[in-house]
Amino acid sequence: MFKFFKPNQIFLITSKAPKYVAALFVVVISIGLLEALIFSPEDYKQSHSVRIMYVHVPAAWISLGIFSSITFLSLSGYIFKNKNFFLIAKSLAPSGFVFNIVALVTGSIWGKPTWGTWWAWDARITSMLILALFYLMYLVAWRIYEDKEYVLKITTIITILGIINVPIIKYSVDWWNTLHQPASINVLSKSSIHSSMLFPLLIMTAAFALFSLLIFLMKYNTELIKIKNKGLDRL
Amino acid sequence: MYGRKVKLRFFFITLILLSLILSVYLVLKSLEENVVYFKSPSDIQLLNEVKNKKVRVGGMVKINSIKISSKEVNFIITDFKNEINVSYSGLIPNLFSEGKGVVAEGYLKDKSFFEATKILAKHDENYMPPEVKAALEEK
Repeated sequence: MFKFFKPNQIFLITSKAPKYVAALFVVVISIGLLEALIFSPEDYKQSHSVRIMYVHVPAAWISLGIFSSITFLSLSGYIFKNKNFFLIAKSLAPSGFVFNIVALVTGSIWGKPTWGTWWAWDARITSMLILALFYLMYLVAWRIYEDKEYVLKITTIITILGIINVPIIKYSVDWWNTLHQPASINVLSKSSIHSSMLFPLLIMTAAFALFSLLIFLMKYNTELIKIKNKGLDRL
Repeated sequence: MYGRKVKLRFFFITLILLSLILSVYLVLKSLEENVVYFKSPSDIQLLNEVKNKKVRVGGMVKINSIKISSKEVNFIITDFKNEINVSYSGLIPNLFSEGKGVVAEGYLKDKSFFEATKILAKHDENYMPPEVKAALEEK
């Protein structure tokens, strides 16, 4: 199915789509920020500092989601020997890394007034820091071994090692005593977050996902231009 | 449907992932003591050596247990099975209150007395506007 993938056809989409995605992103993030910063109620306990959560939680979700996608794409690329999967994975990584850092920084800003500390070496926070290090390794590996044939193998190994950490991040708050609170939003059982706060959270998640898509399209477009410049019409 | 090579590579990846999951599981299992951020008062009861041991104790601040004097704050951390008395002097986070989660860092004097050097408030997973909280309390 992907054997006869033609960069030219995909290029038509990736060179035009960013401006529409950008426009949609501006609309969604405007609604999201209005909802999160102005219209949503303050929390009964932490009052206005709850608003940090509308950035923190979506950023953490997106960074976890992107790392899982990168791993899935790299493994598929390895199993089916398809270079395009690796290029998609490579283009996804920068926004995942940025959102990982955003989650750590906003968490720290929230932690100071709420817990009374900027940083705690509990399982959730530490595993999230490890994820950031894996993102960094992945990005640096692409930079260093860009022109080498074995770059695909090295980056795949990094994703395999890193993916073990993802379920640990998710379940760290259930498996061990952590300072970080357990998940408020559960798919199977009732969520412990009020609907007036859940709504802005979901809008912000959509906005961040659109931002990731935008960065991905631009990065992927660059990769395709590189291929075109090499004079290849298929991968 | 797929070639032999594709199946072999798939098998290879599955093996790597399985062995990694197993080894990480074993490592974390043996490190459990250090992975937990704090111990509950019940965990403290199970310790052998307690005198001046540096630990973090976490649980609920017992209702009506906070006593503030000019020098220090005294309160009781409970996990509804066991309790531990805490004395502390220093900054207290805003969210520290009775019936809420707390993590205290410091030294054990004995199994029921703890001298804290740092107090962190633990936030729970409940998020709601004040009106909803008031309505819930009326019920």
